[in-house]
Amino acid sequence: MKSAIVWFFGCVTLLAVSMALAREAKDGKGKPDVYAELDKAPEKARNRANPLENDPDAVAAGRLIFEDHCAGCHGDNALGGRKGPSLRAPEVQNATPGTIFWLMTNGVVRKGMPVWSRLPEPQRWQLVRYLKSLGVVPAPAVKEALTKQ
Amino acid sequence: MKLFRRGSRFVLGVFFLALGNCVPSAVAQESPYFVTYDHYLEEPGNLEIEYSSTFGTERGGNNFHSYWAEFEYGATAWWTTEFYLDGQTTFHDSTVFSGFKWENRFRPLQREHSINPILYVEYEDINGTDKTLKEIVGHDVEADFLESNAEIRREHEREVELKLILSSTVKGWNISENIISEKNLSNEPWEFGYALGVSRPLSLKALAKRCSFCRQNFVAGVEMYGGLGDRYSFGLKDTSHYLAPAVAWNMPNGWTLRLSAGFGLNDHSHKLLLRWGVAREINGFGGMVRRFFGAKS
Repeated sequence: MKSAIVWFFGCVTLLAVSMALAREAKDGKGKPDVYAELDKAPEKARNRANPLENDPDAVAAGRLIFEDHCAGCHGDNALGGRKGPSLRAPEVQNATPGTIFWLMTNGVVRKGMPVWSRLPEPQRWQLVRYLKSLGVVPAPAVKEALTKQ
Repeated sequence: MKLFRRGSRFVLGVFFLALGNCVPSAVAQESPYFVTYDHYLEEPGNLEIEYSSTFGTERGGNNFHSYWAEFEYGATAWWTTEFYLDGQTTFHDSTVFSGFKWENRFRPLQREHSINPILYVEYEDINGTDKTLKEIVGHDVEADFLESNAEIRREHEREVELKLILSSTVKGWNISENIISEKNLSNEPWEFGYALGVSRPLSLKALAKRCSFCRQNFVAGVEMYGGLGDRYSFGLKDTSHYLAPAVAWNMPNGWTLRLSAGFGLNDHSHKLLLRWGVAREINGFGGMVRRFFGAKS
Protein backbone atom coordinates (compact mmCIF):
# COMPACT_ATOMS: atom_id res chain seq x y z
CA MET A 1 0.00 0.00 0.00
CA LYS A 2 2.80 2.37 1.00
CA SER A 3 4.66 1.81 -2.26
CA ALA A 4 1.44 2.38 -4.23
CA ILE A 5 1.04 5.78 -2.55
CA VAL A 6 4.66 6.65 -3.31
CA TRP A 7 4.15 5.67 -6.96
CA PHE A 8 0.90 7.64 -7.13
CA PHE A 9 2.51 10.83 -5.85
CA GLY A 10 5.50 10.21 -8.09
CA CYS A 11 3.17 10.10 -11.10
CA VAL A 12 1.34 13.25 -10.00
CA THR A 13 4.67 15.06 -9.61
CA LEU A 14 5.81 13.96 -13.06
CA LEU A 15 2.48 15.09 -14.52
CA ALA A 16 2.94 18.53 -12.93
CA VAL A 17 6.51 18.75 -14.28
CA SER A 18 5.29 17.78 -17.76
CA MET A 19 2.65 20.52 -17.66
CA ALA A 20 5.27 23.07 -16.57
CA LEU A 21 7.65 21.97 -19.34
CA ALA A 22 4.84 22.17 -21.88
CA ARG A 23 4.13 25.72 -20.76
CA GLU A 24 7.80 26.64 -21.09
CA ALA A 25 7.97 25.16 -24.58
CA LYS A 26 4.88 27.10 -25.57
CA ASP A 27 6.31 30.42 -24.33
CA GLY A 28 8.93 29.98 -27.04
CA LYS A 29 11.03 32.95 -26.02
CA GLY A 30 12.84 34.47 -28.98
CA LYS A 31 10.93 32.30 -31.47
CA PRO A 32 10.98 33.38 -35.09
CA ASP A 33 8.02 34.69 -37.05
CA VAL A 34 4.96 32.56 -36.25
CA TYR A 35 3.97 32.51 -39.89
CA ALA A 36 7.34 31.27 -41.15
CA GLU A 37 6.02 27.70 -41.34
CA LEU A 38 3.78 28.68 -44.27
CA ASP A 39 6.88 29.23 -46.40
CA LYS A 40 7.88 25.61 -45.88
CA ALA A 41 4.96 24.22 -47.87
CA PRO A 42 6.32 22.25 -50.85
CA GLU A 43 5.58 23.59 -54.34
CA LYS A 44 3.21 20.72 -55.16
CA ALA A 45 1.13 21.27 -52.01
CA ARG A 46 1.12 25.05 -52.54
CA ASN A 47 -0.36 24.69 -56.01
CA ARG A 48 -3.22 22.38 -55.03
CA ALA A 49 -6.56 23.94 -55.85
CA ASN A 50 -9.46 23.75 -53.44
CA PRO A 51 -11.87 21.13 -54.86
CA LEU A 52 -14.72 22.82 -52.93
CA GLU A 53 -13.99 26.29 -54.31
CA ASN A 54 -17.44 26.44 -55.91
CA ASP A 55 -19.35 24.58 -53.22
CA PRO A 56 -22.03 26.99 -51.95
CA ASP A 57 -22.15 25.35 -48.47
CA ALA A 58 -18.40 25.13 -47.89
CA VAL A 59 -18.02 28.46 -46.05
CA ALA A 60 -20.92 27.79 -43.66
CA ALA A 61 -19.72 24.25 -42.97
CA GLY A 62 -16.15 25.52 -42.53
CA ARG A 63 -17.34 28.06 -39.95
CA LEU A 64 -18.82 25.28 -37.81
CA ILE A 65 -15.63 23.22 -38.06
CA PHE A 66 -13.63 26.32 -37.09
CA GLU A 67 -15.82 26.89 -34.03
CA ASP A 68 -15.45 23.26 -32.96
CA HIS A 69 -11.74 22.74 -33.47
CA CYS A 70 -9.87 26.01 -34.05
CA ALA A 71 -11.54 28.85 -32.12
CA GLY A 72 -10.21 27.54 -28.78
CA CYS A 73 -6.67 28.54 -29.81
CA HIS A 74 -7.14 31.10 -32.60
CA GLY A 75 -10.06 33.02 -31.08
CA ASP A 76 -13.72 33.20 -32.06
CA ASN A 77 -13.06 35.63 -34.92
CA ALA A 78 -9.75 34.03 -35.93
CA LEU A 79 -7.98 37.18 -34.70
CA GLY A 80 -5.67 35.14 -32.47
CA GLY A 81 -6.04 33.74 -28.98
CA ARG A 82 -4.00 32.70 -25.99
CA LYS A 83 -2.25 29.96 -27.91
CA GLY A 84 -2.63 30.55 -31.63
CA PRO A 85 -1.80 33.50 -33.88
CA SER A 86 -4.29 35.54 -35.92
CA LEU A 87 -5.43 33.75 -39.05
CA ARG A 88 -6.52 37.04 -40.57
CA ALA A 89 -2.97 38.33 -40.94
CA PRO A 90 -1.87 39.00 -44.54
CA GLU A 91 0.59 36.08 -44.31
CA VAL A 92 -2.32 33.64 -43.95
CA GLN A 93 -4.94 35.40 -46.04
CA ASN A 94 -2.57 35.85 -48.98
CA ALA A 95 -1.33 32.26 -48.84
CA THR A 96 -2.71 29.86 -51.44
CA PRO A 97 -5.51 27.48 -50.39
CA GLY A 98 -3.06 24.60 -50.91
CA THR A 99 -0.58 26.15 -48.46
CA ILE A 100 -3.19 26.53 -45.72
CA PHE A 101 -4.42 23.00 -46.34
CA TRP A 102 -0.84 21.68 -46.09
CA LEU A 103 -0.23 23.50 -42.80
CA MET A 104 -3.47 22.18 -41.32
CA THR A 105 -2.62 18.64 -42.36
CA ASN A 106 0.91 18.71 -40.94
CA GLY A 107 0.49 21.07 -38.01
CA VAL A 108 3.44 22.85 -36.45
CA VAL A 109 4.02 20.17 -33.87
CA ARG A 110 7.13 21.60 -32.23
CA LYS A 111 5.36 24.94 -31.69
CA GLY A 112 2.11 23.57 -30.32
CA MET A 113 -0.16 23.23 -33.34
CA PRO A 114 -1.35 19.63 -33.66
CA VAL A 115 -1.74 17.81 -36.96
CA TRP A 116 -5.29 18.02 -38.27
CA SER A 117 -5.25 15.13 -40.72
CA ARG A 118 -7.75 13.61 -38.29
CA LEU A 119 -10.32 15.82 -40.01
CA PRO A 120 -11.25 14.23 -43.35
CA GLU A 121 -9.85 16.01 -46.43
CA PRO A 122 -13.17 17.56 -47.55
CA GLN A 123 -13.62 19.09 -44.08
CA ARG A 124 -10.13 20.61 -44.20
CA TRP A 125 -10.96 22.15 -47.59
CA GLN A 126 -14.23 23.50 -46.15
CA LEU A 127 -12.19 25.06 -43.37
CA VAL A 128 -9.81 26.62 -45.92
CA ARG A 129 -12.80 28.15 -47.72
CA TYR A 130 -14.06 29.66 -44.46
CA LEU A 131 -10.66 31.06 -43.49
CA LYS A 132 -10.15 32.64 -46.91
CA SER A 133 -13.62 34.19 -46.69
CA LEU A 134 -12.70 36.14 -43.55
CA GLY A 135 -10.36 38.62 -45.20
CA VAL A 136 -7.29 40.45 -43.94
CA VAL A 137 -7.28 42.33 -40.65
CA PRO A 138 -3.90 44.08 -40.25
CA ALA A 139 -1.95 43.69 -36.99
CA PRO A 140 -2.84 47.10 -35.42
CA ALA A 141 -6.56 46.47 -36.06
CA VAL A 142 -6.21 42.99 -34.52
CA LYS A 143 -4.72 44.54 -31.36
CA GLU A 144 -7.57 47.05 -31.20
CA ALA A 145 -10.21 44.34 -31.73
CA LEU A 146 -8.67 42.12 -29.05
CA THR A 147 -8.55 45.03 -26.57
CA LYS A 148 -12.26 45.70 -27.17
CA GLN A 149 -13.05 41.98 -26.46
CA MET B 1 -21.18 -2.26 0.41
CA LYS B 2 -24.45 -1.57 -1.44
CA LEU B 3 -24.53 1.90 0.10
CA PHE B 4 -20.94 2.46 -1.02
CA ARG B 5 -21.81 1.47 -4.61
CA ARG B 6 -24.87 3.74 -4.65
CA GLY B 7 -22.80 6.57 -3.18
CA SER B 8 -20.04 6.18 -5.74
CA ARG B 9 -22.59 6.11 -8.58
CA PHE B 10 -24.16 9.30 -7.21
CA VAL B 11 -20.76 11.02 -6.97
CA LEU B 12 -19.93 9.86 -10.51
CA GLY B 13 -23.28 11.19 -11.78
CA VAL B 14 -22.81 14.58 -10.11
CA PHE B 15 -19.24 14.74 -11.41
CA PHE B 16 -20.29 14.14 -15.04
CA LEU B 17 -23.24 16.53 -14.70
CA ALA B 18 -20.90 19.25 -13.42
CA LEU B 19 -18.46 18.41 -16.18
CA GLY B 20 -21.24 18.78 -18.73
CA ASN B 21 -22.35 22.20 -17.60
CA CYS B 22 -19.52 24.04 -15.88
CA VAL B 23 -16.47 23.68 -18.08
CA PRO B 24 -15.75 24.77 -21.65
CA SER B 25 -15.85 21.67 -23.80
CA ALA B 26 -14.23 20.93 -27.13
CA VAL B 27 -15.91 18.88 -29.83
CA ALA B 28 -13.85 15.76 -30.04
CA GLN B 29 -13.07 13.80 -33.17
CA GLU B 30 -12.55 10.44 -31.54
CA SER B 31 -11.81 7.12 -33.15
CA PRO B 32 -14.05 4.18 -32.18
CA TYR B 33 -11.14 2.02 -30.95
CA PHE B 34 -10.96 0.72 -27.39
CA VAL B 35 -7.71 -1.23 -27.69
CA THR B 36 -5.93 0.05 -30.80
CA TYR B 37 -4.21 3.43 -30.79
CA ASP B 38 -3.94 5.68 -33.81
CA HIS B 39 -1.34 8.45 -34.21
CA TYR B 40 -3.55 11.33 -33.08
CA LEU B 41 -2.57 12.80 -29.74
CA GLU B 42 -4.61 14.95 -27.39
CA GLU B 43 -4.60 18.63 -28.33
CA PRO B 44 -2.13 20.60 -26.20
CA GLY B 45 -3.63 21.95 -22.99
CA ASN B 46 -6.83 19.89 -23.34
CA LEU B 47 -7.90 17.25 -20.84
CA GLU B 48 -10.14 14.38 -21.85
CA ILE B 49 -11.98 12.54 -19.12
CA GLU B 50 -13.41 9.19 -20.03
CA TYR B 51 -15.29 6.43 -18.29
CA SER B 52 -15.29 3.03 -20.00
CA SER B 53 -16.69 -0.39 -19.21
CA THR B 54 -16.22 -3.92 -20.41
CA PHE B 55 -18.74 -6.67 -19.81
CA GLY B 56 -17.14 -10.05 -20.38
CA THR B 57 -18.51 -13.57 -20.40
CA GLU B 58 -16.65 -16.37 -18.63
CA ARG B 59 -17.27 -20.02 -19.45
CA GLY B 60 -17.09 -22.18 -16.33
CA GLY B 61 -16.91 -19.10 -14.08
CA ASN B 62 -18.59 -15.82 -13.30
CA ASN B 63 -19.15 -13.09 -15.89
CA PHE B 64 -17.53 -9.77 -15.03
CA HIS B 65 -17.89 -6.04 -15.50
CA SER B 66 -14.66 -4.08 -15.46
CA TYR B 67 -14.44 -0.29 -15.68
CA TRP B 68 -11.84 2.38 -15.79
CA ALA B 69 -11.54 6.16 -15.65
CA GLU B 70 -9.06 7.83 -17.99
CA PHE B 71 -7.56 11.31 -17.64
CA GLU B 72 -5.78 12.17 -20.89
CA TYR B 73 -3.84 15.42 -21.08
CA GLY B 74 -2.12 16.96 -24.09
CA ALA B 75 1.17 18.14 -22.57
CA THR B 76 2.42 19.32 -25.97
CA ALA B 77 1.46 18.69 -29.58
CA TRP B 78 3.96 15.78 -29.59
CA TRP B 79 3.37 14.35 -26.10
CA THR B 80 0.19 13.05 -24.46
CA THR B 81 0.13 11.73 -20.93
CA GLU B 82 -2.69 9.65 -19.48
CA PHE B 83 -3.64 8.31 -16.06
CA TYR B 84 -6.02 5.38 -15.48
CA LEU B 85 -7.87 4.05 -12.44
CA ASP B 86 -9.22 0.51 -12.86
CA GLY B 87 -11.79 -1.58 -11.03
CA GLN B 88 -14.05 -4.55 -11.63
CA THR B 89 -17.08 -6.42 -10.40
CA THR B 90 -17.18 -10.17 -10.82
CA PHE B 91 -20.78 -11.35 -10.59
CA HIS B 92 -21.55 -13.57 -7.58
CA ASP B 93 -18.15 -12.57 -6.17
CA SER B 94 -17.08 -9.02 -5.30
CA THR B 95 -16.17 -5.51 -6.45
CA VAL B 96 -12.50 -4.56 -6.24
CA PHE B 97 -10.13 -1.75 -7.14
CA SER B 98 -7.53 -3.18 -9.53
CA GLY B 99 -4.87 -0.48 -9.62
CA PHE B 100 -3.60 2.38 -11.72
CA LYS B 101 -1.74 2.88 -14.98
CA TRP B 102 0.23 5.80 -16.31
CA GLU B 103 0.95 6.03 -20.02
CA ASN B 104 2.80 8.42 -22.28
CA ARG B 105 2.68 8.70 -26.04
CA PHE B 106 5.32 10.54 -28.05
CA ARG B 107 5.27 11.65 -31.66
CA PRO B 108 8.86 11.56 -32.94
CA LEU B 109 8.21 12.97 -36.43
CA GLN B 110 7.17 16.54 -36.99
CA ARG B 111 5.06 16.12 -40.12
CA GLU B 112 2.46 13.74 -41.50
CA HIS B 113 3.79 10.76 -43.45
CA SER B 114 2.16 7.80 -45.13
CA ILE B 115 2.91 5.80 -41.96
CA ASN B 116 3.15 7.77 -38.73
CA PRO B 117 4.96 6.20 -35.78
CA ILE B 118 4.11 6.92 -32.15
CA LEU B 119 6.13 5.62 -29.20
CA TYR B 120 4.15 4.46 -26.20
CA VAL B 121 5.42 3.79 -22.67
CA GLU B 122 3.19 2.68 -19.82
CA TYR B 123 3.73 1.81 -16.18
CA GLU B 124 1.10 -0.37 -14.49
CA ASP B 125 0.69 -0.97 -10.77
CA ILE B 126 -2.17 -3.45 -10.59
CA ASN B 127 -3.23 -6.54 -8.75
CA GLY B 128 -4.33 -9.84 -10.26
CA THR B 129 -7.97 -8.74 -10.46
CA ASP B 130 -7.40 -6.45 -13.45
CA LYS B 131 -9.95 -7.47 -16.09
CA THR B 132 -10.01 -4.37 -18.27
CA LEU B 133 -8.48 -6.29 -21.20
CA LYS B 134 -7.18 -3.02 -22.64
CA GLU B 135 -4.46 -5.07 -24.23
CA ILE B 136 -4.04 -8.79 -24.72
CA VAL B 137 -0.46 -10.04 -24.46
CA GLY B 138 1.47 -13.28 -24.05
CA HIS B 139 -0.71 -16.22 -23.10
CA ASP B 140 -3.61 -14.19 -21.64
CA VAL B 141 -6.56 -16.59 -21.91
CA GLU B 142 -10.11 -16.86 -20.59
CA ALA B 143 -9.12 -19.48 -17.99
CA ASP B 144 -6.98 -16.84 -16.17
CA PHE B 145 -10.18 -15.29 -14.81
CA LEU B 146 -11.58 -18.45 -13.20
CA GLU B 147 -10.10 -17.77 -9.76
CA SER B 148 -12.01 -15.71 -7.23
CA ASN B 149 -11.17 -12.07 -6.57
CA ALA B 150 -10.08 -12.91 -3.02
CA GLU B 151 -7.38 -15.22 -4.38
CA ILE B 152 -6.07 -13.15 -7.27
CA ARG B 153 -6.10 -9.77 -5.55
CA ARG B 154 -3.09 -10.96 -3.51
CA GLU B 155 -0.99 -10.95 -6.69
CA HIS B 156 0.70 -7.60 -7.10
CA GLU B 157 2.01 -6.75 -10.55
CA ARG B 158 4.26 -3.92 -11.59
CA GLU B 159 4.56 -3.91 -15.34
CA VAL B 160 6.10 -1.84 -18.08
CA GLU B 161 4.45 -1.85 -21.46
CA LEU B 162 5.97 -0.57 -24.67
CA LYS B 163 4.11 -0.12 -27.92
CA LEU B 164 5.06 0.90 -31.40
CA ILE B 165 2.01 2.54 -32.90
CA LEU B 166 1.93 2.83 -36.68
CA SER B 167 -0.98 4.68 -38.22
CA SER B 168 -2.01 6.04 -41.59
CA THR B 169 -4.95 8.01 -42.86
CA VAL B 170 -5.86 7.53 -46.52
CA LYS B 171 -8.99 9.02 -48.12
CA GLY B 172 -10.74 9.22 -44.76
CA TRP B 173 -9.77 5.68 -43.72
CA ASN B 174 -7.59 5.28 -40.66
CA ILE B 175 -5.46 2.15 -40.56
CA SER B 176 -3.58 1.51 -37.33
CA GLU B 177 -1.21 -1.24 -36.24
CA ASN B 178 0.11 -1.60 -32.69
CA ILE B 179 3.00 -3.87 -31.77
CA ILE B 180 2.89 -4.52 -28.03
CA SER B 181 5.50 -5.80 -25.57
CA GLU B 182 4.98 -6.04 -21.84
CA LYS B 183 7.30 -6.97 -18.99
CA ASN B 184 6.35 -7.80 -15.45
CA LEU B 185 9.11 -6.17 -13.43
CA SER B 186 9.46 -9.29 -11.31
CA ASN B 187 11.38 -12.09 -12.92
CA GLU B 188 9.03 -12.87 -15.83
CA PRO B 189 9.70 -12.89 -19.57
CA TRP B 190 8.68 -10.24 -22.08
CA GLU B 191 5.21 -10.88 -23.48
CA PHE B 192 3.98 -9.79 -26.88
CA GLY B 193 0.70 -8.85 -28.50
CA TYR B 194 -0.84 -6.93 -31.35
CA ALA B 195 -3.81 -4.71 -32.14
CA LEU B 196 -5.04 -3.69 -35.59
CA GLY B 197 -7.77 -1.20 -36.41
CA VAL B 198 -9.54 0.25 -39.44
CA SER B 199 -12.09 3.05 -39.21
CA ARG B 200 -13.76 5.76 -41.25
CA PRO B 201 -16.28 8.54 -40.59
CA LEU B 202 -19.63 7.76 -42.21
CA SER B 203 -19.41 11.02 -44.14
CA LEU B 204 -16.24 12.89 -45.05
CA LYS B 205 -17.91 16.22 -45.76
CA ALA B 206 -19.45 18.33 -43.00
CA LEU B 207 -22.97 19.69 -43.25
CA ALA B 208 -23.54 23.44 -43.00
CA LYS B 209 -25.74 23.04 -39.91
CA ARG B 210 -25.38 21.72 -36.38
CA CYS B 211 -26.87 18.29 -35.94
CA SER B 212 -26.55 15.39 -33.56
CA PHE B 213 -27.35 12.53 -35.89
CA CYS B 214 -25.58 13.60 -39.11
CA ARG B 215 -23.38 10.94 -40.61
CA GLN B 216 -20.22 13.05 -40.15
CA ASN B 217 -20.56 12.61 -36.35
CA PHE B 218 -20.27 8.83 -36.54
CA VAL B 219 -17.03 6.92 -37.02
CA ALA B 220 -17.34 3.19 -37.63
CA GLY B 221 -14.56 0.66 -37.60
CA VAL B 222 -13.33 -2.73 -36.62
CA GLU B 223 -10.39 -3.79 -34.50
CA MET B 224 -8.62 -7.08 -34.00
CA TYR B 225 -6.33 -7.82 -31.09
CA GLY B 226 -4.65 -10.73 -29.39
CA GLY B 227 -1.55 -12.23 -27.78
CA LEU B 228 1.59 -13.47 -29.47
CA GLY B 229 3.16 -15.51 -26.68
CA ASP B 230 6.28 -14.59 -24.78
CA ARG B 231 10.03 -14.56 -25.23
CA TYR B 232 10.32 -18.33 -24.71
CA SER B 233 7.21 -19.41 -26.58
CA PHE B 234 6.51 -16.85 -29.28
CA GLY B 235 3.57 -17.59 -31.55
CA LEU B 236 -0.15 -18.20 -31.57
CA LYS B 237 -0.23 -21.34 -29.39
CA ASP B 238 -2.32 -20.88 -26.22
CA THR B 239 -3.22 -17.29 -27.03
CA SER B 240 -6.55 -15.50 -27.31
CA HIS B 241 -7.77 -13.26 -30.14
CA TYR B 242 -10.74 -10.98 -30.71
CA LEU B 243 -12.54 -9.27 -33.56
CA ALA B 244 -14.51 -6.20 -32.50
CA PRO B 245 -16.70 -3.94 -34.64
CA ALA B 246 -16.90 -0.52 -33.00
CA VAL B 247 -18.59 2.82 -33.45
CA ALA B 248 -17.99 6.32 -32.02
CA TRP B 249 -20.57 9.07 -31.88
CA ASN B 250 -19.01 12.52 -31.55
CA MET B 251 -21.85 14.72 -30.36
CA PRO B 252 -21.84 18.46 -31.07
CA ASN B 253 -22.21 19.25 -27.33
CA GLY B 254 -18.73 17.86 -26.68
CA TRP B 255 -19.58 14.35 -25.49
CA THR B 256 -18.36 11.23 -27.23
CA LEU B 257 -20.01 7.84 -26.91
CA ARG B 258 -18.28 4.66 -28.03
CA LEU B 259 -19.59 1.12 -28.34
CA SER B 260 -17.90 -2.12 -29.29
CA ALA B 261 -18.76 -5.80 -29.31
CA GLY B 262 -15.70 -8.06 -29.29
CA PHE B 263 -16.07 -11.68 -30.30
CA GLY B 264 -13.57 -14.33 -29.26
CA LEU B 265 -11.94 -16.03 -32.23
CA ASN B 266 -10.74 -19.23 -30.55
CA ASP B 267 -11.39 -21.46 -27.55
CA HIS B 268 -8.98 -19.54 -25.33
CA SER B 269 -10.89 -16.25 -25.82
CA HIS B 270 -13.87 -14.91 -23.90
CA LYS B 271 -16.92 -15.45 -26.05
CA LEU B 272 -18.05 -11.83 -25.82
CA LEU B 273 -16.50 -8.57 -24.65
CA LEU B 274 -19.08 -5.81 -24.75
CA ARG B 275 -17.52 -2.38 -24.28
CA TRP B 276 -18.90 1.11 -23.98
CA GLY B 277 -17.36 4.43 -23.04
CA VAL B 278 -18.35 8.05 -22.58
CA ALA B 279 -15.84 10.89 -22.84
CA ARG B 280 -15.73 14.65 -22.53
CA GLU B 281 -12.89 16.91 -23.57
CA ILE B 282 -12.15 20.03 -21.53
CA ASN B 283 -10.77 22.79 -23.68
CA GLY B 284 -7.78 24.71 -22.25
CA PHE B 285 -7.59 22.72 -19.00
CA GLY B 286 -3.86 23.44 -18.61
CA GLY B 287 -4.52 27.20 -18.85
CA MET B 288 -7.34 26.98 -16.28
CA VAL B 289 -5.02 25.20 -13.83
CA ARG B 290 -2.29 27.78 -14.35
CA ARG B 291 -4.71 30.68 -13.84
CA PHE B 292 -6.08 28.98 -10.72
CA PHE B 293 -2.56 29.01 -9.31
CA GLY B 294 -2.18 32.67 -10.19
CA ALA B 295 -0.21 32.52 -13.45
CA LYS B 296 -0.91 35.27 -15.97
CA SER B 297 -2.40 33.97 -19.20
